[in-house]
Amino acid sequence: MNEKMLIRSMPWLVTIGLFVFWEALCVITGVETFILPRPSVVFASMVQFAPQILHHSLQTLMTTTAGFALGVVGGALLGIFIGASRLVYVGLYPVLVGFNSIPKVAIVPVLVIWFGIGTIPAIITAFVISFFPIVVNVATGLATIEPELRDVLRSLGASRTEILTKIGLPRAMPYLFASLKIAITLAFVGSVIAETVASNEGIGYLMLSASSSYNVPLVFAGLIVVAIMGVLMYAVAVWFERRMTGWAFRGSDLMS
Amino acid sequence: MQGPAFVKIDGVSLTYRQAEEETLAVQDLNIDIQEGEFVAVVGPSGCGKSTLMKLVTGLLDTSAGSITIGGKPVKGPVQGVGMAFQNSTLLPWRNTLDNVMLPLEIVEPHKRRLRREKKAYIDQAMALLKTVGLADFADKFPWQLSGGMQQRANVCRSIIHEPRLLMLDEPFGALDAFTREELWGVMQALWMEKRFTAILITHDLREAVYLADRVFVMSKRPGRIIMSKAVNIPRPRSLETTFEPHFGNIVHELREHIHSVRES
Repeated sequence: MNEKMLIRSMPWLVTIGLFVFWEALCVITGVETFILPRPSVVFASMVQFAPQILHHSLQTLMTTTAGFALGVVGGALLGIFIGASRLVYVGLYPVLVGFNSIPKVAIVPVLVIWFGIGTIPAIITAFVISFFPIVVNVATGLATIEPELRDVLRSLGASRTEILTKIGLPRAMPYLFASLKIAITLAFVGSVIAETVASNEGIGYLMLSASSSYNVPLVFAGLIVVAIMGVLMYAVAVWFERRMTGWAFRGSDLMS
Repeated sequence: MQGPAFVKIDGVSLTYRQAEEETLAVQDLNIDIQEGEFVAVVGPSGCGKSTLMKLVTGLLDTSAGSITIGGKPVKGPVQGVGMAFQNSTLLPWRNTLDNVMLPLEIVEPHKRRLRREKKAYIDQAMALLKTVGLADFADKFPWQLSGGMQQRANVCRSIIHEPRLLMLDEPFGALDAFTREELWGVMQALWMEKRFTAILITHDLREAVYLADRVFVMSKRPGRIIMSKAVNIPRPRSLETTFEPHFGNIVHELREHIHSVRES
């Protein structure tokens, strides 16, 4: 096997190896299924409950994507304001940091009071949790324009808007896409938390109801499905990143 | 000198205020530059050469004195000046051609015409790239170019919109000696063709004498002009010129002045 093939197959090998290790561990220690089910049992459960898992994971995927989309739009806009204006920066940044320090699970009950149980709290939780890294990254991309470059444009007579559109925004793109990779995985955390606490639908709810009936293999099936969705969405973000900001990678073929 | 000066720096000082402390960066600068003249400003590092550049382009306000360009006093950033720095500051998401054409998207009247006359402007940019030997690299991105090539593109970007005034802040400072000397020739050829007014900030005395009609020597901080030397060597100058005794004498004279200010 040559090196290129090895690099390509490495993620699969490690994943399979992890499951094999897990299976072996369970067999050797003889741990009870309702404490730690073997992967083979989990997969069997996945097949058995496939229709339910599909239904609930589609719900989770929908709420996550909706919350994430809101986070991207809102986060990018706020990031532009913060990065482009010193005044907005000093005013808003401490508030944002404070807000981000609040555990998101703590706001779900408030959302339930406002919007009731269901889809909306999940979307909002995914939104607030994915919002922050996007704001910070976009603002950083804008705020770190080289002073010489700014001077060159100012002495050409460029307006603030022109400096923003010609330099600021393209320059902030790699920062934005880097943050999307973090934000999409966080969005899953947000929606699953909200579904666990306050929903009748979604993977979070499925896992909660499975655990209350001691169907531990189904709980683990839910966890694995969330992980798979996270990896897939991450891959989508990477694909977009490569398409939009290929210039930032200088033609290297690692980084995927 | 004949006629009114194109750039007139008249009794200019600048004081930086940082908290309670006041630093006098440059003091009582008087320089008259004719239209189409190439002047160089040399001096020890930290003498306020770059400050002078920012003052002339209006990126900094003077504390005392006045600067006029083409008879108009400088207040706020001067529009349409060309600028090139030691760091080439090319935009990594644009290829060489698009980088060079950036000023055309900002400076009037080109900005208005660009969309309609795109083809003519591209031809113009390509012609410029050809004179600096970058025609084959128009579609390459900055990271695919060597340092010398990036600096050529940078110089092209600074003159594509045909500014009347070009400010060069150690544009060749980060290059190796051979590339630097090569670019002196490129710079001189461009200047002889377009005859813009140029102010070159440098610490390389040979570079100053090679390129400039007049060389100003600045003292260490607070920067003052302590000497002005006309370089009466016919153009085009070549690398051969730099080995002639007359060239060497001028460089020596400048060097001695700089030594004396460094020691004082």
